[in-house]
Amino acid sequence: MTEEVKAPKKEKIPRQKMPEQPAEVRRHNFDEVPLGYTPELAMKEAERCIQCKDPRCRQGCPVEVDIPAFIKCIKEGDFEGAIRKLWEKNALPAVCGRVCPQEVQCEGLCIVGKKDEPVAIGNLEKFAADYQRLHGRDVLPPKAEPTGKKVAVVGSGPAGLTVAGDLILKGHEVTIFEALHAPGGVLIYGIPEFRLPKAIVAAECRYLERLGVKFEVNAVIGRSETVDELLERFDAVFLGVGAGLPLFLNIPGEHYIGVYSSNEYLTRSNLMKAYEFPKYDTPIVRGKKVATFGGGNVAMDSARTALRLGAEKSYIIYRRGREELPARKEEIHHAEDEGVEFMFLTAPVRFLGTDDGFLTGVECLRMELGEPDASGRRRPVPVPGSEFVVDIDTAVISIGSSANPLLTKSTPGLVLNKWGNIVADPKTGKTMKPRVWAGGDIVTGAATVILAAGAGRIASNSIHDFLTYGW
Amino acid sequence: MFEIVERQELAQGTIISNWVRAPKIAAKAKPGQFVILRANETGERIPLTMADTDPEKGLINIIYMVVGKSTALFKTLQVGDSFLDVIGPLGAATHLEKVGKVICVGGGTGIAVLHPITRGLKNLGNYVYSVIGARSKDLLIMEDRMKAVSDELMICTDDGTYGHKGFVTDKLKETLEKHKDIGLAVCIGPVPMMRACCNVTKEFNVKTLVSLNPIMVDGTGMCGCCRVRVDGKMKFACVDGPEFDGHLVDFDELNLRLRSYLPEEKLSYDAFKTSQGHTCTCGK
Repeated sequence: MTEEVKAPKKEKIPRQKMPEQPAEVRRHNFDEVPLGYTPELAMKEAERCIQCKDPRCRQGCPVEVDIPAFIKCIKEGDFEGAIRKLWEKNALPAVCGRVCPQEVQCEGLCIVGKKDEPVAIGNLEKFAADYQRLHGRDVLPPKAEPTGKKVAVVGSGPAGLTVAGDLILKGHEVTIFEALHAPGGVLIYGIPEFRLPKAIVAAECRYLERLGVKFEVNAVIGRSETVDELLERFDAVFLGVGAGLPLFLNIPGEHYIGVYSSNEYLTRSNLMKAYEFPKYDTPIVRGKKVATFGGGNVAMDSARTALRLGAEKSYIIYRRGREELPARKEEIHHAEDEGVEFMFLTAPVRFLGTDDGFLTGVECLRMELGEPDASGRRRPVPVPGSEFVVDIDTAVISIGSSANPLLTKSTPGLVLNKWGNIVADPKTGKTMKPRVWAGGDIVTGAATVILAAGAGRIASNSIHDFLTYGW
Repeated sequence: MFEIVERQELAQGTIISNWVRAPKIAAKAKPGQFVILRANETGERIPLTMADTDPEKGLINIIYMVVGKSTALFKTLQVGDSFLDVIGPLGAATHLEKVGKVICVGGGTGIAVLHPITRGLKNLGNYVYSVIGARSKDLLIMEDRMKAVSDELMICTDDGTYGHKGFVTDKLKETLEKHKDIGLAVCIGPVPMMRACCNVTKEFNVKTLVSLNPIMVDGTGMCGCCRVRVDGKMKFACVDGPEFDGHLVDFDELNLRLRSYLPEEKLSYDAFKTSQGHTCTCGK
């Protein structure tokens, strides 16, 4: 692992900063935070890539995008070539360029990053996808001859879209079934507009549609049709239905008006566009003092959404310390820049409310860190007698989710683990039920977009083998 | 798109019945299940329990009271118009079994929800007493359809303009006193009515099903908006319900959460009425 990187003789180019909306402006709007590279900035950043013979970045990518190749295209001003390279491995470049945790994947392994800041791979991916969408010719990647095989994909989140994008290029017929009225799964109901504009998700879905993927929305597999019924019409079924039921804190007062799960809060705001109420009919409580409970990316999204809905105070209340926050660093910084206040080592005990049911506060306990627990993180222990009250009118509970039983309960032959997640072979995505594959949060529990996409890639390879060779 | 093929105004135009073309849902739906509807791109997702289905024609029947912007918008849809989205069937189907004698009690649009359950119980060979009620004769719905699926039908109106003058609980109590062998009650209607019915059936120790209508968003268990407290535990009406053992439901909490968006609902409805020109017959 010795570094024999021949530093380029030419003048060193610093990592090109992504232009973004100033924090004090963006905290009041739902527009996207990063404004995107100009072609000039992108080409300059692309020059920083040293085109390693043995590119580490690619090993860090769950879908194995040929990163040096697409960056080389950008460097040469061949933006169409760049998107073609990306599409070879990734059906969702505009999404992944925005929401992947690049710092622990491709950019985390970038050789340039050993001595300098890594090449801004995510920003470049976003640039290539956006340039294609806004200025590109109407090009599509080549498709294999039709095989006559049919695949049903249940769920249109990142796992399902990846499976669909892969298999349609390999000549199979693909139909996606989505329970909600719009495709995209968590990309459309969960991730906020300011981080992933819904027009971009729609464009990625339209791209798949142009390739021939059929979308059936309002289709709640498990209720409207069972997996066994799908197996009568399709040669293979992929289940990428996501995580499901939100967890609550299980403390008194969670019924008060103004207490939300992050799923509900974000779904109202994103999918139903409650931030445009009353133009859109779905309402949302526009709290002045909002507390979000939890420390993951979804908690950051919720706290930042609260600011944009007009909150004067937006707290993140987290029972561990800053070091233990599971959210991406970038998301934490964005939240802090915008004015989100963190209350670490604090755990809620009960919600307080008025007689007619409106939330007025939350009683909390101070915590201190004890011995490491099963997750390796130090376990928070309550400090006796440290109760105090935080005045709030809105609470967003963002502590994860458990598996939704709606589909799994109606599918005999699937094997579930003790948490209700589907058991699937990590190398193939095969479940214990013949001709059924699964991937994403319904298998792993709540994780990231790109890990779900990666699971989709693994499953699509296995499904293709099965449809082609019968194994 | 889900076309309306038949439309009827009931109860002086305060309640609307639609037969909607949704063949996949009609083929699958069972008594007690609901659908979520959205009128247009800016619309809310509104859950409504199906009053009936016609699998052969591929139709479902929804019956709703006009109470706010979304239902007022639904009311503007005429035969030939369509709902943008209809999602379902959702929720757990009613567990129907032969008990012997049962009593089905419905109030307001709850009668629509009660109807397929009553028919299901009747078809299994149960002897069905039904009690339906409304504030006044003009507001009573589905008398004929309930009569067709009941062995004995009793009618109550608050003002005495039709049938027994008084609440459905009067007839419920009277029937339970007369027929000690009634083994199941199904009570569906406004929250205060269901609560009052449960108080009566508790006295007689008769198992009671209620169908709850909390506010919902996705209807598939994802958001947790429809959480209700049953036997001290949190349940999601969309996946665990909408039916629950009425003796275990925390009606106070349900009532409170149903009031979550009263100011927003009023604002939205007022704006809609202004935009439509106020043409309804409510006299305001």
